[in-house]
Amino acid sequence: MTNHWADIKNANVIIVMGGNPAEAHPCGFKWVTEAKAHNKARLIVVDPRFTRTAAVADQFVQIRPGTDIAFLGGVMNYLLSNDAIQHDYVKAYTNASFIVRADFTFDDGLFSGYDEAGRKYDKASWTYELGPDGFAKVDPTLQDPRCVYQLLKKHYSRYTPEMVSSITGAKQEEFLQVCKTIASTAPADRTMTSLYALGWTQHSVGSQNIRSMAMIQLLLGNMGMAGGGVNALRGHSNIQGLTDLGVLSDLLPGYLTIPKETDKDLDAYLAPRTLKPLRPGQMSYWQNYPKFFVSLQKAWWGEAATKENQFAYEYLPKLDKLYDLLAVFDLMHQGKVNGYICQGFNPLASAPNKAKVIDGLSKLKFLVVIDPLVTETSTFWRNAGEFNPVEPSKIETEVFRLPSTCFAEEDGSLTNSSRWLQWHFKGAEPPGEAKTDLEIVGELFGRIRRLYAKEGGTFPDPIVKLTWPYAIASAPSAEEVAREYNGWALADLPDPKDKTKILVKRGDQLTTFGQLTDDGSTAAGCWIYTGSYTDKNNMARRETADPSGLGLAPAWAWAWPLNRRVLYNAASCDPTGKPWDPRRTLVKWNGEKWVGADVPDFKVDQPPESGMAPFIMNPEGVGRLFGADKMAEGPFPEHYEPFESPLARNPMHEKPVASTNPAARIYAEDKAALGTAEHFPYAATTYRLTEHFHFWTKHARIPAVLQPEQFVEIGEALAKEKGIRDGERIKVRSNRGEIVAKAVVTKRIRPLTVAGKTVHTVGIPIHWGFEGLTKPGYLANTLTPFVGDANVQTPEFKAFLVNVEKLGVA
Amino acid sequence: MNLSRRQFLKLTTSGIGATSLGALGFAPDRVLADVRNFKLASTTQTRNTCPYCSVGCGILMYGLGDRSKNARLRLVHIEGDPDHPVNRGTLCPKGASLLDFVNSPHRLKFPEYRAPGSSEWQRVTWEWALDRIARLMKDDRDKNFIAKNAAGVPVNRWTSVGMLAASASSNESGYLTHKVFRAMGMTALDNQARV
Repeated sequence: MTNHWADIKNANVIIVMGGNPAEAHPCGFKWVTEAKAHNKARLIVVDPRFTRTAAVADQFVQIRPGTDIAFLGGVMNYLLSNDAIQHDYVKAYTNASFIVRADFTFDDGLFSGYDEAGRKYDKASWTYELGPDGFAKVDPTLQDPRCVYQLLKKHYSRYTPEMVSSITGAKQEEFLQVCKTIASTAPADRTMTSLYALGWTQHSVGSQNIRSMAMIQLLLGNMGMAGGGVNALRGHSNIQGLTDLGVLSDLLPGYLTIPKETDKDLDAYLAPRTLKPLRPGQMSYWQNYPKFFVSLQKAWWGEAATKENQFAYEYLPKLDKLYDLLAVFDLMHQGKVNGYICQGFNPLASAPNKAKVIDGLSKLKFLVVIDPLVTETSTFWRNAGEFNPVEPSKIETEVFRLPSTCFAEEDGSLTNSSRWLQWHFKGAEPPGEAKTDLEIVGELFGRIRRLYAKEGGTFPDPIVKLTWPYAIASAPSAEEVAREYNGWALADLPDPKDKTKILVKRGDQLTTFGQLTDDGSTAAGCWIYTGSYTDKNNMARRETADPSGLGLAPAWAWAWPLNRRVLYNAASCDPTGKPWDPRRTLVKWNGEKWVGADVPDFKVDQPPESGMAPFIMNPEGVGRLFGADKMAEGPFPEHYEPFESPLARNPMHEKPVASTNPAARIYAEDKAALGTAEHFPYAATTYRLTEHFHFWTKHARIPAVLQPEQFVEIGEALAKEKGIRDGERIKVRSNRGEIVAKAVVTKRIRPLTVAGKTVHTVGIPIHWGFEGLTKPGYLANTLTPFVGDANVQTPEFKAFLVNVEKLGVA
Repeated sequence: MNLSRRQFLKLTTSGIGATSLGALGFAPDRVLADVRNFKLASTTQTRNTCPYCSVGCGILMYGLGDRSKNARLRLVHIEGDPDHPVNRGTLCPKGASLLDFVNSPHRLKFPEYRAPGSSEWQRVTWEWALDRIARLMKDDRDKNFIAKNAAGVPVNRWTSVGMLAASASSNESGYLTHKVFRAMGMTALDNQARV
């Protein structure tokens, strides 16, 4: 979230698209209720299903799965053609005035630079015209036909209400009513907040769904405002934390990136990441990248990371390609992966195309599963009849299952969607011989390190020289590790304002990432978490006071970065440093410095007249309406059909290659496994129920009783057409597999008219499997396609094709 | 004077006996109407966070046992933390039944091993399991580690063993996991954020 849970109460309009917080995030959703009750907020829900969030909405619009960009593109067209934007904000705080290079084009669904064979773009033209001074050229009048504002208007002029309706299935009047409500937040004293979840990410255009809303929020001046923002409702309790810590195949902690093999040495690695300002006087905070990186290397390799050896740059792996979850399961399927460790992760249930995952796991030499509970992944080799029809004797994988503690049995912090790091405390002993993850990782690493010390082996240095400053080597404590990611001084740090004074003494904890250095005198394992564990554990703070009344609770736990509760909050002030809306004062310029209820997201003594703009992480200093070269499939989000679509072609484009996302990766075998509308005529989407959490709660008695049996949701019209009665068992097939479940015949999903044809949608809840206290069921991913978002490879679970068949009475 | 049950419990656990409070006229009806002792009065309270979705609701866990060396803490009740600025004491159906996750009959208790071709688990010791996993990992890394690419550039990556990390475990375990496995050169390292 750019904002935070309680901040939802400050909104005038709440739009929920790509999520269903009333059921998936119920206790956060209460702030929507609060906004409605006490701020007269209007709630809009746009979704393929009439959810419980929709049930309390002021307006619900049903759309076909996978058509969000068409809808949001239409909203942008409405805002721009009705001039319903916050002009001063757009001019000062976005790249609307920037001039785009003359050779940047868009034609029939493809941007300039497309390489069809490689399914990727040469993005050279996706950038700004630079002046002789090296800065981007701008036209503050926004009249230049090559400025972002004009290109944006032109691009989205194609998203007419007729086109939106034809693609999404929403009625024009419904769509225009939503546009009007959204447009009502263009004035500086009104805000809209956007709430989304996996309903937006699990698409081949997932990242661009989110970007579309970010652009709308920039046009309306809602970024940085209390009651505004683009708010990701993350799926797990610490998915935000693991993302922040960079536990991903292409990341390092704090959104640093893993080197590529083309980054031959430290300088080659740092240069393209140390971003210089693109406009005069901008902060471009990533200029400090070397300080964050060197401090990480010092945290990991201590005295073995020296200036002479490029701070142990050699110790990090260099990527030749992506090793994301989909890529790795494809490599496994090809027999190119020998061992796999699943720590609290059940990929058999959560990776697409179960048959392919089973095949991959069966080709492993060894599999290690660390979990508090039984998972289907740990027993993938077990024949569970129709639910898992495998032959154990033919599966040669060695499987280890190691019991870990659960939340109640350990200390530590979790980062929630608000970016709050909340410390929790152990309150029970674990069952049997279960150990904490810290202990399991510590013990395993200790063994591997001892083997390397004793026997030698391939490139032992990064292993034997890894820092391990923990009192009990086999069981690092949560506090010790937290102090390490916060960071400390390795030498006395002089005060930059008066070098005769010491700012931080050697060995002391750092209080801000502003203290980090690139000369090896500081260590910090995750720069954005610096400040979380100073001389005390700030994550354990539990003060409830909220002096501003905006719900910031500034002394409850600790929020990254620097305990800031609303990101980009300097954009809540006009270019003179005065809040756009005095009732929503987060920060302001008092003539000498930035002050306020929140921690200013700005250089604290930088006067607003200096022209430094509030989006300090961007070299432009402003928010990007034009995404430049940051996205895989283009600087402006464009509607592409899901890889399995009920339409034969994208109504917006003639070229077949531009029907679906032209930059998304799809392997040949998986492409062949896609189904067509001829055989699989119904749009399908997966979803969660409020009574269950993924595949865990089927092991807990009460939730297992509340939702004991697998079902599939179909609309009344489809049920009538197929002669299916409520409660009857039906077969749902995709081109990859089939499941059998009870039919819930519902009014919640209506047929839609899309491009002149009737399209039914099938809803598939995900929570059952062949392990658990519920009745056994099929893993929903038996059905889903093995293709992901073009930028981050999140699988397309929210838009695919199925057929349904009547099976007979249960 | 009106006392909520929680305030009342705070007072009673901070040393003033319930009866003397009652005598002073601070009787919360719900507690004293019950002839039995309130069941949480003798428990140990611990602050924690719900491990399910990303709202991060505050919870209070009540355990039997007083944290003394020989007492094995066992949870008997979990409820929402009324001080928490987001959930303010409430929990959803999943959070409200957290105790059933902690005490699930499907909690794993011992290390287990499934041999190639076998259709059953066998119980093993931690020592045996970790020794064998360490051996398998080291042998694979020694054999398949890619020190240089075709052009002779040092790349130091290990692509033949991968890992998925838990996004419901703590930041501390996520950080340590990242540190350890990246140091081995592992590239195939992801977490649930990817799906």
